[in-house]
Amino acid sequence: MKARHKRLGLILGGLVLLIGATALVLSAFKDNLVFFHTPTEVAEGKAPTGRTFRIGGMVEAGSIKREGVLVHFAVTDTARSINVVYQGPLPDLFKEGKGAVVQGKLGDDGVFTASEVLAKHDENYMPPEAQHAIDQAQKTAQTVQQ
Amino acid sequence: MNSTESRFNLFHYAAPQAFYPIAGKLAPLFAAIALLLTLAGLWIGFFQAPTDAVQGEVYRVIFIHVPAAWMSMFVFLVMAFWSAVGLTLNTRLSALMAQALAPTGAMFCFVALWTGALWGRPTWGAYWVWDARLTSQLLLLFLYLGYMALVAAIDDPRRRDKAGAILCLVGAVNVPIIYFSVKWWNTLHQGASVSLTKAPSMASIMLSGMLVMALAAWAYTIAVALYRVRVLILERERHTDWVRGELANIGEVH
Repeated sequence: MKARHKRLGLILGGLVLLIGATALVLSAFKDNLVFFHTPTEVAEGKAPTGRTFRIGGMVEAGSIKREGVLVHFAVTDTARSINVVYQGPLPDLFKEGKGAVVQGKLGDDGVFTASEVLAKHDENYMPPEAQHAIDQAQKTAQTVQQ
Repeated sequence: MNSTESRFNLFHYAAPQAFYPIAGKLAPLFAAIALLLTLAGLWIGFFQAPTDAVQGEVYRVIFIHVPAAWMSMFVFLVMAFWSAVGLTLNTRLSALMAQALAPTGAMFCFVALWTGALWGRPTWGAYWVWDARLTSQLLLLFLYLGYMALVAAIDDPRRRDKAGAILCLVGAVNVPIIYFSVKWWNTLHQGASVSLTKAPSMASIMLSGMLVMALAAWAYTIAVALYRVRVLILERERHTDWVRGELANIGEVH
Protein backbone atom coordinates (compact mmCIF):
# COMPACT_ATOMS: atom_id res chain seq x y z
CA MET A 1 0.00 0.00 0.00
CA LYS A 2 1.44 3.32 -1.03
CA ALA A 3 1.59 6.25 1.34
CA ARG A 4 -0.99 8.25 -0.58
CA HIS A 5 -3.48 5.33 -0.53
CA LYS A 6 -3.05 5.22 3.22
CA ARG A 7 -3.69 8.95 3.50
CA LEU A 8 -6.77 8.72 1.26
CA GLY A 9 -8.07 5.87 3.43
CA LEU A 10 -7.51 7.92 6.58
CA ILE A 11 -9.36 10.91 5.09
CA LEU A 12 -12.32 8.84 3.88
CA GLY A 13 -12.48 6.90 7.15
CA GLY A 14 -12.35 10.13 9.12
CA LEU A 15 -15.13 11.64 7.03
CA VAL A 16 -17.34 8.56 7.48
CA LEU A 17 -16.88 8.70 11.26
CA LEU A 18 -17.55 12.44 11.28
CA ILE A 19 -20.74 12.07 9.24
CA GLY A 20 -21.87 9.26 11.53
CA ALA A 21 -21.25 11.39 14.62
CA THR A 22 -23.08 14.35 13.08
CA ALA A 23 -26.05 12.17 12.15
CA LEU A 24 -26.27 10.87 15.73
CA VAL A 25 -26.12 14.38 17.18
CA LEU A 26 -28.75 15.70 14.76
CA SER A 27 -31.13 12.83 15.42
CA ALA A 28 -30.67 13.28 19.17
CA PHE A 29 -31.58 16.95 18.88
CA LYS A 30 -34.32 16.33 16.33
CA ASP A 31 -37.11 17.74 18.51
CA ASN A 32 -35.20 20.94 19.14
CA LEU A 33 -34.26 21.52 15.51
CA VAL A 34 -37.80 21.95 14.23
CA PHE A 35 -38.91 25.54 13.88
CA PHE A 36 -42.56 24.80 14.60
CA HIS A 37 -44.92 21.98 15.58
CA THR A 38 -48.04 20.98 13.66
CA PRO A 39 -51.48 21.01 15.32
CA THR A 40 -51.51 17.20 15.13
CA GLU A 41 -48.25 17.04 17.09
CA VAL A 42 -49.77 19.37 19.68
CA ALA A 43 -52.83 17.12 19.97
CA GLU A 44 -50.60 14.07 20.38
CA GLY A 45 -48.70 15.82 23.16
CA LYS A 46 -45.42 15.94 21.22
CA ALA A 47 -45.11 19.73 21.50
CA PRO A 48 -43.60 21.52 24.53
CA THR A 49 -46.94 23.03 25.53
CA GLY A 50 -45.67 24.18 28.95
CA ARG A 51 -43.55 26.98 27.52
CA THR A 52 -43.53 29.36 24.56
CA PHE A 53 -43.35 27.42 21.29
CA ARG A 54 -44.41 27.75 17.65
CA ILE A 55 -47.16 26.08 15.71
CA GLY A 56 -47.29 26.08 11.94
CA GLY A 57 -49.75 25.17 9.22
CA MET A 58 -52.36 26.75 7.02
CA VAL A 59 -54.59 29.59 8.12
CA GLU A 60 -57.96 27.86 7.98
CA ALA A 61 -60.27 29.26 5.29
CA GLY A 62 -63.02 31.47 6.75
CA SER A 63 -61.49 31.47 10.23
CA ILE A 64 -60.11 35.04 10.40
CA LYS A 65 -62.26 37.23 12.65
CA ARG A 66 -61.34 40.69 13.89
CA GLU A 67 -62.55 41.85 17.29
CA GLY A 68 -61.21 45.31 18.10
CA VAL A 69 -57.43 45.03 18.17
CA LEU A 70 -57.55 41.26 18.46
CA VAL A 71 -57.41 38.88 15.52
CA HIS A 72 -58.81 35.38 15.83
CA PHE A 73 -57.93 32.65 13.37
CA ALA A 74 -57.28 28.93 13.26
CA VAL A 75 -54.08 27.17 12.18
CA THR A 76 -54.68 23.79 10.61
CA ASP A 77 -52.69 20.92 9.13
CA THR A 78 -55.95 19.63 7.55
CA ALA A 79 -56.19 16.87 10.21
CA ARG A 80 -56.38 19.07 13.32
CA SER A 81 -56.65 22.78 13.94
CA ILE A 82 -55.87 25.14 16.79
CA ASN A 83 -57.60 28.44 17.50
CA VAL A 84 -55.23 31.39 17.80
CA VAL A 85 -55.75 34.84 19.23
CA TYR A 86 -53.25 37.58 18.35
CA GLN A 87 -52.76 41.27 18.82
CA GLY A 88 -50.28 43.10 16.60
CA PRO A 89 -49.22 43.66 13.01
CA LEU A 90 -49.72 40.83 10.52
CA PRO A 91 -47.31 40.24 7.59
CA ASP A 92 -48.62 41.09 4.11
CA LEU A 93 -48.64 37.47 3.02
CA PHE A 94 -50.84 36.39 5.95
CA LYS A 95 -53.98 35.11 4.23
CA GLU A 96 -56.59 32.42 4.64
CA GLY A 97 -55.46 29.18 3.01
CA LYS A 98 -51.79 30.22 3.15
CA GLY A 99 -49.02 29.02 5.43
CA ALA A 100 -48.29 30.72 8.74
CA VAL A 101 -46.13 30.12 11.81
CA VAL A 102 -47.26 31.57 15.13
CA GLN A 103 -45.25 31.82 18.33
CA GLY A 104 -46.87 31.95 21.73
CA LYS A 105 -48.40 29.88 24.50
CA LEU A 106 -51.21 27.36 24.57
CA GLY A 107 -53.83 28.26 27.16
CA ASP A 108 -55.76 25.79 29.32
CA ASP A 109 -58.83 26.48 27.20
CA GLY A 110 -56.98 25.21 24.12
CA VAL A 111 -56.67 28.68 22.61
CA PHE A 112 -53.17 29.63 21.50
CA THR A 113 -52.19 33.19 22.48
CA ALA A 114 -49.70 34.35 19.86
CA SER A 115 -47.02 36.96 20.45
CA GLU A 116 -45.64 36.78 16.91
CA VAL A 117 -47.13 35.76 13.56
CA LEU A 118 -44.95 34.93 10.56
CA ALA A 119 -46.14 34.12 7.05
CA LYS A 120 -44.65 30.98 5.53
CA HIS A 121 -44.21 31.19 1.81
CA ASP A 122 -44.31 28.02 -0.32
CA GLU A 123 -41.82 27.14 -3.06
CA ASN A 124 -44.17 28.05 -5.93
CA TYR A 125 -43.38 31.09 -8.03
CA MET A 126 -45.78 32.04 -10.83
CA PRO A 127 -47.12 35.12 -12.59
CA PRO A 128 -50.61 36.42 -11.59
CA GLU A 129 -52.15 35.14 -14.85
CA ALA A 130 -51.01 31.58 -14.09
CA GLN A 131 -52.36 31.85 -10.53
CA HIS A 132 -55.65 33.13 -11.94
CA ALA A 133 -55.83 30.20 -14.38
CA ILE A 134 -55.23 27.72 -11.56
CA ASP A 135 -57.94 29.34 -9.41
CA GLN A 136 -60.39 29.20 -12.33
CA ALA A 137 -59.55 25.54 -13.00
CA GLN A 138 -60.12 24.66 -9.33
CA LYS A 139 -63.45 26.47 -9.33
CA THR A 140 -64.52 24.64 -12.48
CA ALA A 141 -63.46 21.32 -10.97
CA GLN A 142 -65.53 22.07 -7.83
CA THR A 143 -68.61 22.98 -9.88
CA VAL A 144 -68.25 19.78 -11.89
CA GLN A 145 -68.06 17.76 -8.66
CA GLN A 146 -71.17 19.43 -7.29
CA MET B 1 7.11 2.40 -17.87
CA ASN B 2 3.99 3.63 -19.58
CA SER B 3 2.17 4.26 -16.37
CA THR B 4 4.93 6.44 -14.94
CA GLU B 5 4.93 8.49 -18.13
CA SER B 6 1.17 9.07 -18.12
CA ARG B 7 1.25 9.97 -14.44
CA PHE B 8 3.99 12.45 -15.16
CA ASN B 9 1.77 14.16 -17.74
CA LEU B 10 -1.22 14.23 -15.44
CA PHE B 11 0.78 15.95 -12.75
CA HIS B 12 2.42 18.37 -15.11
CA TYR B 13 -0.26 21.06 -14.75
CA ALA B 14 -0.48 20.54 -11.01
CA ALA B 15 2.87 22.31 -10.74
CA PRO B 16 2.25 25.94 -9.79
CA GLN B 17 4.77 27.08 -12.39
CA ALA B 18 2.89 25.28 -15.20
CA PHE B 19 -0.56 26.35 -13.99
CA TYR B 20 0.33 30.03 -13.57
CA PRO B 21 0.27 30.97 -17.29
CA ILE B 22 -2.84 28.85 -17.99
CA ALA B 23 -4.71 30.58 -15.18
CA GLY B 24 -3.61 33.90 -16.64
CA LYS B 25 -5.13 32.98 -20.01
CA LEU B 26 -8.38 31.51 -18.66
CA ALA B 27 -9.21 34.16 -16.06
CA PRO B 28 -10.09 37.04 -18.45
CA LEU B 29 -12.13 34.62 -20.57
CA PHE B 30 -14.28 33.58 -17.61
CA ALA B 31 -14.51 37.20 -16.45
CA ALA B 32 -15.96 38.18 -19.83
CA ILE B 33 -18.42 35.26 -19.74
CA ALA B 34 -19.44 36.28 -16.21
CA LEU B 35 -20.08 39.87 -17.27
CA LEU B 36 -22.22 38.86 -20.27
CA LEU B 37 -24.23 36.30 -18.30
CA THR B 38 -24.81 38.74 -15.43
CA LEU B 39 -26.13 41.39 -17.80
CA ALA B 40 -28.37 38.83 -19.54
CA GLY B 41 -29.58 37.36 -16.25
CA LEU B 42 -30.38 40.73 -14.67
CA TRP B 43 -32.15 41.83 -17.86
CA ILE B 44 -34.35 38.71 -17.76
CA GLY B 45 -34.86 39.06 -14.02
CA PHE B 46 -35.82 42.72 -13.93
CA PHE B 47 -37.40 43.36 -17.32
CA GLN B 48 -38.63 40.05 -18.75
CA ALA B 49 -39.83 37.99 -15.79
CA PRO B 50 -43.38 38.71 -14.64
CA THR B 51 -44.45 39.76 -11.15
CA ASP B 52 -45.11 36.92 -8.72
CA ALA B 53 -48.77 36.26 -7.96
CA VAL B 54 -48.35 36.15 -4.18
CA GLN B 55 -45.23 38.12 -3.30
CA GLY B 56 -45.32 40.89 -5.90
CA GLU B 57 -42.03 42.47 -6.95
CA VAL B 58 -40.05 41.47 -3.86
CA TYR B 59 -39.65 37.94 -5.21
CA ARG B 60 -37.08 39.29 -7.71
CA VAL B 61 -34.47 38.89 -4.99
CA ILE B 62 -34.29 35.20 -6.02
CA PHE B 63 -32.26 36.17 -9.08
CA ILE B 64 -29.44 37.06 -6.70
CA HIS B 65 -30.33 35.16 -3.52
CA VAL B 66 -30.65 31.64 -4.95
CA PRO B 67 -27.53 31.68 -7.19
CA ALA B 68 -25.53 33.16 -4.30
CA ALA B 69 -26.80 30.52 -1.87
CA TRP B 70 -26.12 27.66 -4.32
CA MET B 71 -22.65 29.02 -5.01
CA SER B 72 -21.81 29.45 -1.32
CA MET B 73 -22.54 25.76 -0.73
CA PHE B 74 -20.90 24.51 -3.91
CA VAL B 75 -17.68 26.50 -3.40
CA PHE B 76 -17.23 24.91 0.03
CA LEU B 77 -17.59 21.44 -1.51
CA VAL B 78 -15.00 22.34 -4.17
CA MET B 79 -12.66 23.60 -1.42
CA ALA B 80 -13.18 20.30 0.43
CA PHE B 81 -12.39 18.41 -2.79
CA TRP B 82 -9.12 20.30 -3.31
CA SER B 83 -8.31 19.83 0.37
CA ALA B 84 -8.74 16.06 0.05
CA VAL B 85 -6.61 16.03 -3.10
CA GLY B 86 -3.94 18.10 -1.39
CA LEU B 87 -3.83 15.93 1.73
CA THR B 88 -3.73 12.72 -0.29
CA LEU B 89 -1.31 13.58 -3.08
CA ASN B 90 0.70 16.35 -1.41
CA THR B 91 0.21 18.60 -4.41
CA ARG B 92 1.09 22.21 -3.67
CA LEU B 93 -1.48 23.73 -6.01
CA SER B 94 -4.54 22.08 -4.37
CA ALA B 95 -4.32 24.01 -1.12
CA LEU B 96 -3.76 27.23 -3.04
CA MET B 97 -6.93 26.54 -5.05
CA ALA B 98 -8.93 26.08 -1.84
CA GLN B 99 -7.46 29.28 -0.39
CA ALA B 100 -8.19 31.18 -3.60
CA LEU B 101 -11.85 30.11 -3.51
CA ALA B 102 -12.57 30.90 0.15
CA PRO B 103 -13.14 34.69 -0.04
CA THR B 104 -15.53 34.30 -2.99
CA GLY B 105 -17.48 31.61 -1.17
CA ALA B 106 -17.68 33.80 1.91
CA MET B 107 -18.89 36.72 -0.22
CA PHE B 108 -21.67 34.64 -1.79
CA CYS B 109 -22.63 33.27 1.63
CA PHE B 110 -22.95 36.80 3.00
CA VAL B 111 -24.94 37.93 -0.04
CA ALA B 112 -27.34 34.99 0.40
CA LEU B 113 -27.90 35.82 4.08
CA TRP B 114 -28.23 39.54 3.46
CA THR B 115 -30.65 39.37 0.51
CA GLY B 116 -32.58 36.69 2.40
CA ALA B 117 -33.03 39.06 5.34
CA LEU B 118 -34.23 41.86 3.03
CA TRP B 119 -36.73 39.42 1.49
CA GLY B 120 -37.78 37.93 4.82
CA ARG B 121 -38.95 41.21 6.36
CA PRO B 122 -41.72 41.94 3.81
CA THR B 123 -42.57 38.27 3.16
CA TRP B 124 -42.37 36.46 6.49
CA GLY B 125 -42.56 39.51 8.70
CA ALA B 126 -39.06 39.01 10.17
CA TYR B 127 -35.49 39.74 9.02
CA TRP B 128 -34.13 36.73 10.81
CA VAL B 129 -35.46 33.58 12.46
CA TRP B 130 -33.43 30.77 14.03
CA ASP B 131 -34.75 27.99 11.84
CA ALA B 132 -32.52 25.13 10.67
CA ARG B 133 -31.90 26.53 7.16
CA LEU B 134 -30.91 30.03 8.26
CA THR B 135 -28.84 28.84 11.19
CA SER B 136 -26.86 26.27 9.18
CA GLN B 137 -26.21 28.87 6.47
CA LEU B 138 -24.91 31.30 9.11
CA LEU B 139 -22.65 28.47 10.35
CA LEU B 140 -21.32 28.19 6.78
CA LEU B 141 -20.35 31.88 6.85
CA PHE B 142 -18.50 31.32 10.13
CA LEU B 143 -16.75 28.28 8.61
CA TYR B 144 -15.58 30.40 5.68
CA LEU B 145 -14.36 33.19 7.96
CA GLY B 146 -12.78 30.66 10.33
CA TYR B 147 -10.99 28.96 7.44
CA MET B 148 -9.63 32.28 6.17
CA ALA B 149 -8.52 33.32 9.66
CA LEU B 150 -6.85 29.95 10.31
CA VAL B 151 -4.98 30.01 7.01
CA ALA B 152 -3.88 33.60 7.61
CA ALA B 153 -2.68 32.82 11.13
CA ILE B 154 -0.18 30.06 10.30
CA ASP B 155 3.19 31.14 8.86
CA ASP B 156 4.60 27.78 7.81
CA PRO B 157 3.05 27.01 4.37
CA ARG B 158 2.89 23.22 4.81
CA ARG B 159 1.22 23.43 8.22
CA ARG B 160 -1.09 26.18 6.93
CA ASP B 161 -2.24 24.02 4.00
CA LYS B 162 -2.80 20.98 6.23
CA ALA B 163 -4.72 22.80 8.95
CA GLY B 164 -6.89 24.57 6.37
CA ALA B 165 -7.60 21.32 4.53
CA ILE B 166 -8.74 19.54 7.68
CA LEU B 167 -11.05 22.41 8.67
CA CYS B 168 -12.46 22.36 5.13
CA LEU B 169 -13.19 18.63 5.18
CA VAL B 170 -14.80 18.80 8.62
CA GLY B 171 -16.86 21.87 7.66
CA ALA B 172 -18.07 20.25 4.44
CA VAL B 173 -20.37 18.05 6.55
CA ASN B 174 -22.46 21.18 7.11
CA VAL B 175 -23.24 21.60 3.39
CA PRO B 176 -25.69 18.66 3.03
CA ILE B 177 -27.26 19.76 6.32
CA ILE B 178 -27.98 23.20 4.81
CA TYR B 179 -29.33 21.69 1.62
CA PHE B 180 -31.61 19.11 3.24
CA SER B 181 -32.57 21.18 6.31
CA VAL B 182 -35.85 22.24 4.71
CA LYS B 183 -36.72 18.56 4.15
CA TRP B 184 -35.53 17.06 7.43
CA TRP B 185 -37.10 19.58 9.80
CA ASN B 186 -39.98 22.04 9.88
CA THR B 187 -38.45 25.34 8.83
CA LEU B 188 -39.83 28.75 8.03
CA HIS B 189 -37.70 28.77 4.89
CA GLN B 190 -39.57 27.20 1.99
CA GLY B 191 -38.47 23.98 0.30
CA ALA B 192 -36.45 23.90 -2.90
CA SER B 193 -38.23 25.27 -5.97
CA VAL B 194 -35.63 23.71 -8.23
CA SER B 195 -34.09 20.30 -7.63
CA LEU B 196 -32.88 17.32 -9.59
CA THR B 197 -35.67 15.06 -8.38
CA LYS B 198 -38.77 16.96 -9.45
CA ALA B 199 -40.00 19.46 -12.01
CA PRO B 200 -39.33 23.05 -10.97
CA SER B 201 -42.28 24.73 -9.26
CA MET B 202 -41.60 28.03 -10.94
CA ALA B 203 -42.67 29.81 -14.13
CA SER B 204 -40.14 29.02 -16.89
CA ILE B 205 -39.05 32.62 -17.57
CA MET B 206 -38.35 33.13 -13.85
CA LEU B 207 -36.45 29.85 -13.81
CA SER B 208 -34.34 30.75 -16.85
CA GLY B 209 -33.39 34.11 -15.33
CA MET B 210 -32.29 32.34 -12.16
CA LEU B 211 -30.29 29.70 -14.03
CA VAL B 212 -28.51 32.32 -16.17
CA MET B 213 -27.57 34.15 -12.96
CA ALA B 214 -26.35 30.85 -11.48
CA LEU B 215 -24.10 30.29 -14.53
CA ALA B 216 -22.87 33.87 -14.17
CA ALA B 217 -21.97 33.14 -10.54
CA TRP B 218 -20.03 30.06 -11.69
CA ALA B 219 -18.08 32.02 -14.30
CA TYR B 220 -17.39 34.84 -11.82
CA THR B 221 -16.15 32.39 -9.21
CA ILE B 222 -13.82 30.64 -11.66
CA ALA B 223 -12.44 33.96 -12.95
CA VAL B 224 -11.83 35.46 -9.51
CA ALA B 225 -10.36 32.23 -8.12
CA LEU B 226 -7.93 32.02 -11.04
CA TYR B 227 -6.81 35.63 -10.58
CA ARG B 228 -6.38 35.02 -6.88
CA VAL B 229 -4.53 31.71 -7.26
CA ARG B 230 -2.00 33.47 -9.53
CA VAL B 231 -1.22 35.89 -6.74
CA LEU B 232 -0.98 33.05 -4.21
CA ILE B 233 1.37 31.13 -6.52
CA LEU B 234 3.67 34.13 -6.92
CA GLU B 235 3.67 34.69 -3.17
CA ARG B 236 4.36 31.05 -2.34
CA GLU B 237 7.09 30.62 -4.96
CA ARG B 238 8.64 34.06 -4.62
CA HIS B 239 12.11 32.66 -3.88
CA THR B 240 12.25 30.65 -7.11
CA ASP B 241 13.95 31.73 -10.30
CA TRP B 242 10.84 31.51 -12.47
CA VAL B 243 8.90 33.92 -10.26
CA ARG B 244 11.83 36.34 -10.25
CA GLY B 245 11.85 36.14 -14.04
CA GLU B 246 8.09 36.59 -14.20
CA LEU B 247 8.18 39.64 -11.95
CA ALA B 248 11.10 41.15 -13.86
CA ASN B 249 9.01 40.78 -17.04
CA ILE B 250 6.10 42.78 -15.68
CA GLY B 251 8.41 45.35 -14.12
CA GLU B 252 7.58 44.67 -10.48
CA VAL B 253 11.23 44.21 -9.48
CA HIS B 254 13.32 47.35 -9.46
